[in-house]
Amino acid sequence: MEIKTNSKLEKILKSGQMAVTSECGPPRSSDPAGIIEKGELIKNHVDSINITDNQTSVTRLCSLAACVHLKQQGLDPVLQMVVRDRNRIALQSDILGAASFGINNMLCLSGDHQSFGDHPSAQNVFDIDSMQLIQTARYMRDEGKFLGGDKIKVPPNMFVGAAANPFADPFKIRVPRLAKKIAAGAEFIQTQCVYNLDKFEEWMKLICDRGLHEKIFILPGITPMRSVGMAKYLRRAVPGMDVPEELIDRMSGVPKDKQAEEGITIAVEAMQRLKEVQGVSGFHVMAIEWEEKVPEIVERAGLYPRPQVD
Amino acid sequence: MIVGEQKPFDEIWEMVKDHKQLNVFGCNTCVAVCHQGGNKEAEILASLLRMRATQDGVDIEIINGGIERQCEHPFFESAEEIIDKSEAVLSLACGIGVQFMASKYKDKPIYPALNTTFLGDVQEDGFFTEKCQACGDCVLGITGGVCPVTRCCKRLFNGPCGGSTNGKCEISKDLDCAWQLVVDRLEALGKLEDYEKITPVKDWSKDRAGGPRSFKLEGF
Repeated sequence: MEIKTNSKLEKILKSGQMAVTSECGPPRSSDPAGIIEKGELIKNHVDSINITDNQTSVTRLCSLAACVHLKQQGLDPVLQMVVRDRNRIALQSDILGAASFGINNMLCLSGDHQSFGDHPSAQNVFDIDSMQLIQTARYMRDEGKFLGGDKIKVPPNMFVGAAANPFADPFKIRVPRLAKKIAAGAEFIQTQCVYNLDKFEEWMKLICDRGLHEKIFILPGITPMRSVGMAKYLRRAVPGMDVPEELIDRMSGVPKDKQAEEGITIAVEAMQRLKEVQGVSGFHVMAIEWEEKVPEIVERAGLYPRPQVD
Repeated sequence: MIVGEQKPFDEIWEMVKDHKQLNVFGCNTCVAVCHQGGNKEAEILASLLRMRATQDGVDIEIINGGIERQCEHPFFESAEEIIDKSEAVLSLACGIGVQFMASKYKDKPIYPALNTTFLGDVQEDGFFTEKCQACGDCVLGITGGVCPVTRCCKRLFNGPCGGSTNGKCEISKDLDCAWQLVVDRLEALGKLEDYEKITPVKDWSKDRAGGPRSFKLEGF
């Protein structure tokens, strides 16, 4: 497969090997030490690290600056961009800025509604949507032009990803929606946290039936649960999250001080099972504020050491 | 129609209490349908303000009146004298009516009694829901008659987002996911395959983003 960018993630995926990505949330401060530390903790066990963009609409150090910090540590960050806070002028400007620092990957997202965050009275932007952001990034790269039509002298060269939630409603358009993202130009997909493996496999089968798995790399999201409380919270309070009852029962069935370990085991078992599923190209391990566990998860899932690419 | 909601009474009182004379003035079209700004509501609000003035020992003469529409010149003819004689007007019209009056009576304070809330329909008596944001470039023809600009809280043209659950929006279990409605309608119309057509970026210059809009008919 032709390599289009300098992305390490792209090179690993196109070499046919399983990729592992992870995710870090920047601090709510101007001190970058935390993000650099998180990067150092996991950099030998993952290929790329996503930096979230004011996730859950809570104001944080910006994704672009955090990506630059990781890049300077020798990592290959994935710039997450939501369309909630910036119009097409600012988004394209930030894509150029990211490319100028050698950031090679971006993930196009809608963004959680601002009512969830620390500034619920804020205006939202939504000038373009996540589908159109994918198109924009590809247009800038492939056509070498801004949306407005002007030529870009040195176009940004991004490996463009998108998110997918196999569990959101309505289920009947879950696969058509993925097809739409592929048509828009998405090259890799990181999914919502997968707990309901049967339903995920059903989604993957429908994708393979349409041959879509040959057009995109799909990385199911894996988030270890630290406690039965977290499992119940995810099930109850997080929109679009599908946590089966049997997982809650399994977490409840172990003593409190062993629940974190059980959560890790559940995550590892999920990865071992999904590795064998047609169309799965790797994993996106989101250990939320629990990054120190990523190396153990990756090792136990049999995905360590990570492949080396030029 | 335009839907409005009366401001909290204390906020209204704070705006008008320093006047000696006040005309509480209804608008008997859109905001009368939602029982907030019609001539009847003007009468009730005037009574409440008189009671408050008595309670607080404030000397203020309060009259009330109204016309059919505060957004067109001809309707004002019947009320010109009473408005001319008023020191200030508390208008129960939408923001359009308040501004129209303020531009007509340049040296008279015109206060808004309502918050203009949205362009909506009457779902049932006393229940109004937003349906249009006047974006200036209607897409209802491709979205099965459901407006994503108004009814999707992220105004996605290629939705739904990942927050759609059981047909409801991520921000509230009481709010329908607009894209669930779009998909259901497309399916009912036998056009579900149209879902995969990507809607291109929107030209927002026809929206408020392009500045205040106007429309002039030639030959009038």
